[in-house]
Amino acid sequence: MLHAPASPQADLQSEPNDFSAILAEQTDRLLAQHVTPACLKAADGGVFPAAAWEAVSDAWLPLALVPEAAGGVGLDAPAAAQILRRSGYHALPAPLAETMLGLALWSAAGGAAVEGPVSLATGLLRLASGTILAEGTMAHVPWAGAAGHVLAIAEAPDGARHLALLPRAAYTIVPRRNLANEPRETLHIGTAPLGPDALLPLPAPLAGPDGLMLFGAFARAQQMAGAMERCLDLAVAYANERKQFGKPIGRFQAVQQMLAVAAGESAAAGAAAQVAAAAWNTDQFPLAVAIAKARCGEAAGKVAEICHQVHGAMGFTQEHVLHFITRRLWAWRDECGNDAHWQERIGRMVCAQGGAALWPRLVALRAAANGDRGTQP
Amino acid sequence: MPDMRFATVAFPKDAEDLRLQVRRFLEAEKADGRFVPHRSSWNTFDPDFSRRAAKAGYVGLTLPEAYGGHARSSLARFVATEEMLAAGAPCGAHWIADRQSAPQILRHGTQVARDHIIPRICAGECYFGIGMSEPDSGSDLAAVRSKAVRGAGGWVLNGQKIWTTNAHRVHYLLALVRTGDAGADRHGGLTQFIIDMAAPGISVRPIHDLSGNHEFNEVFFTDHFVADDFVVGEVGDGWSMVTQELAFERSGPDRFMSDYRLLTELVDRIGPAPDARQAVETGRLVAHMGALMAMSGSVAALLDRDIVPNVEAALVKDVGTAFERDIPEVARRLVAVEASLDAQDDRFAEALADVALRAPSFTLRGGTREILRGVIARGLGLR
Repeated sequence: MLHAPASPQADLQSEPNDFSAILAEQTDRLLAQHVTPACLKAADGGVFPAAAWEAVSDAWLPLALVPEAAGGVGLDAPAAAQILRRSGYHALPAPLAETMLGLALWSAAGGAAVEGPVSLATGLLRLASGTILAEGTMAHVPWAGAAGHVLAIAEAPDGARHLALLPRAAYTIVPRRNLANEPRETLHIGTAPLGPDALLPLPAPLAGPDGLMLFGAFARAQQMAGAMERCLDLAVAYANERKQFGKPIGRFQAVQQMLAVAAGESAAAGAAAQVAAAAWNTDQFPLAVAIAKARCGEAAGKVAEICHQVHGAMGFTQEHVLHFITRRLWAWRDECGNDAHWQERIGRMVCAQGGAALWPRLVALRAAANGDRGTQP
Repeated sequence: MPDMRFATVAFPKDAEDLRLQVRRFLEAEKADGRFVPHRSSWNTFDPDFSRRAAKAGYVGLTLPEAYGGHARSSLARFVATEEMLAAGAPCGAHWIADRQSAPQILRHGTQVARDHIIPRICAGECYFGIGMSEPDSGSDLAAVRSKAVRGAGGWVLNGQKIWTTNAHRVHYLLALVRTGDAGADRHGGLTQFIIDMAAPGISVRPIHDLSGNHEFNEVFFTDHFVADDFVVGEVGDGWSMVTQELAFERSGPDRFMSDYRLLTELVDRIGPAPDARQAVETGRLVAHMGALMAMSGSVAALLDRDIVPNVEAALVKDVGTAFERDIPEVARRLVAVEASLDAQDDRFAEALADVALRAPSFTLRGGTREILRGVIARGLGLR
């Protein structure tokens, strides 16, 4: 169902918005059909949305970033990021982001094809010797119970790092949930030996200080950008519909001004998320992700606050859908490094390089949109 | 929510080549001591700098070659503009003429006006002010009362403008004047005129700002004559033209880089080993800046395709000027210093003082924060 254009580069350049608009529309239609309030409510209670996941998988969305030659769709990162933003818009309660990035990274590292769902662990796995895992735990692993595999970085006793794909048999799971009741389990790692194909050399983009968390942050930034758009849509619709003092509350300037602030925050967050997508596979990616996660994380709190305020008591109820979005925003802004974590990363880099270096650095960041948009991270 | 068009934009190669040329030009200017970055900005009026920038080819970038311009894209101009701002160049003299007056005259002006004025703008020798605000017409622009009536071969103007930046040293104003009935939507009966500041019937009175600077003025028209050649656009069509003009005025990098030099001074003052709080707060500002650069670039790309993105421009200015006002507030908490305009050996203290005293204007000029949020709310479908 999901098709890359014959020549994505050419298409995107001639009509920057066409392909992207069609993709967004297709994704929206699919998700609106399956991610219903009933589906969200069930997922909130711990039921994995099997039908939604099947639809998403049938549309090849998890394979968006795997090259065609490796059996994937071969979308470029901006297009794939658009899918993630739409999944955030609909609050898809399933590991699409984790699987999409996990499969892309595993494939780029040379790994054999695996079935989704796949999870990404941001903690460090330890090897006792060779391919034998040391006992240990990894916390906050998203959707580990639903996933068949967990992608992680494994460190050997000599300090060498590898990309590891843990099969389900390699760990036991202790349930834990985030604010949106999405699974964020703790894994207890046993001492089982990994198969020969489960450890690969660590690709360069994962060698930085944040490892897989960089890619997790990329995903959460996209999801947050989409979720903020949804929050704003809900709040604007509610403000136009709810009447007090004889007119819709959206006619009051106080309400208009608040929503305009939310729109500004949402727009800035979305722009930062798109820069990160454009910087995929370039040297600018780590800074672009840091900026996107920091900006989206900061905006998420403000947008959620304003949209709740506009919804009044109704938005505070279980019955209204708003909380499916806002609880995710509150969870996602703290996952994979909160805004302060990424702000500190940016600040240390900028201060180390000095004031004069800042401008060329920011220009190079935005110019990443001019660069090669490969599908290999 | 209607689609807010902030798609990531790829800058063409010729724009990036131009960037390096502009950067070299500005480095030479600085090296020769022709401007002091932390003491100047796009508000600093320096005709010598404007002439040198024009000679180097960086004024009138988007204007046709026939008028002495360089026939480049808006994205090329955008790149040159942001380089000027990042360097803290004193761009104030040619700024308004280059940013909005010349494009308006080119698009809507008479051939006589184009021939007479645009080549001098491109040479960095002709400067403009904006004649929109009046004593009773600030945010409520449609309340303009300055009035023009028909005379022989032109119009006779009476009335007053206020907050007119540089009126005492520019050659022309592009002024919005009432020429007929407002009509039910209040937007009718307005016309744009080119006002020759050297012609009879004009007097200018200074308004000093809170730090003693003289940028603003009151301008009085007493039977001031404007020839038909200096009417811009159709009579009665002024409202739609100023709205277009505002998209140029509101979306550029000058709406989040007015105090960029304070940010770089802050980074230098903190030094290479920040503590956690300094790193977090500085990183936060840089993240905001990165997002704004992307937003503003997207709007420039829309303008290049002749789309008038009023709502997006309002978003850039609202978010951008909030960021500009945030910089000094963050900076003073990270580095304890007593701001002073004549701190001599302390660039940070001087930059902080300069910005602290200019900051209130950031969220007023070019449309107040509240008006912008009204424009955004309309874009959201709330009014």
